Amino acid sequence: MYGELNLDAAFSAMADPTRRAILARLASGEATVNELAEPFEISQPAISQHLKVLEDAGLIVRRVDGTKRPRRLAKPAIEAMDQWLAMLRKAFEKNYDRLDALLATEAHEKTEHPKRKRGKIR
Amino acid sequence: MSKLTLKNEGDTHIIVTRHFAASPEAVYRAHTDAKLIQKWLLGPEGWTMPVCINDARPGGKFRYEWAHSKKGSFHITGEYLELQPYSRIVHVERMFLPDPTPDNHVETRFEPNGAGTLMTMRMTLPDAQTRSAMLSSGMEHGMEASYVRLEGMI
Repeated sequence: MYGELNLDAAFSAMADPTRRAILARLASGEATVNELAEPFEISQPAISQHLKVLEDAGLIVRRVDGTKRPRRLAKPAIEAMDQWLAMLRKAFEKNYDRLDALLATEAHEKTEHPKRKRGKIR
Repeated sequence: MSKLTLKNEGDTHIIVTRHFAASPEAVYRAHTDAKLIQKWLLGPEGWTMPVCINDARPGGKFRYEWAHSKKGSFHITGEYLELQPYSRIVHVERMFLPDPTPDNHVETRFEPNGAGTLMTMRMTLPDAQTRSAMLSSGMEHGMEASYVRLEGMI
């Protein structure tokens, strides 16, 4: 399932906020080193170093395009991003399941105590 | 069988939809009444909302503070731009972690749907970079879940 992913290396690679931001940027598509360096206040060699860590961990891959070496996410990183979306979904689901229960209680209280009604309900 | 959908749209939007077995009025009130918000807008298990200030009128402000016994606390502030009872809410919000994140512009619609309500929430971030940053901060939590699962396997 993890292909070429080195799990230990991947976890430690993703423990760094700059590297997570790079992965997040790559989630919206392939990018060159210059494009990746742009939003950060760090030098291009420093970005290249981060890219090497991500590459060694199996999280990103490079392609040859003339003199450029655009990077993109490798499958395990895509899976990690999907997993995040699943986590966010879970947080929303948790909220809305609570809201379902609350709405059910409210509707019940209205039937039981019609005088406590604050507004008309269809 | 999940009733929730969550997807990216374009470079800067996140769209969430959910169906509720209650009238648009009831769902709208649960989104604008502080006493009700405090009971459900709590995120993952273990978080509480000790402060919930909510002035639901155009130009009104809100402030929600969350706390967790082990993970600390954070808050969001926001302003209401438009409110159309019981069909539409438009607001902006930002999270303090502790520095403020860029404004998230949120439009929430409530439409009658069968015997209940279809809610559609459209979040607009200022740019693709900000949405990516949201992704990257969320990944920490994803990683946490991975560690827990991994520990279970060892």
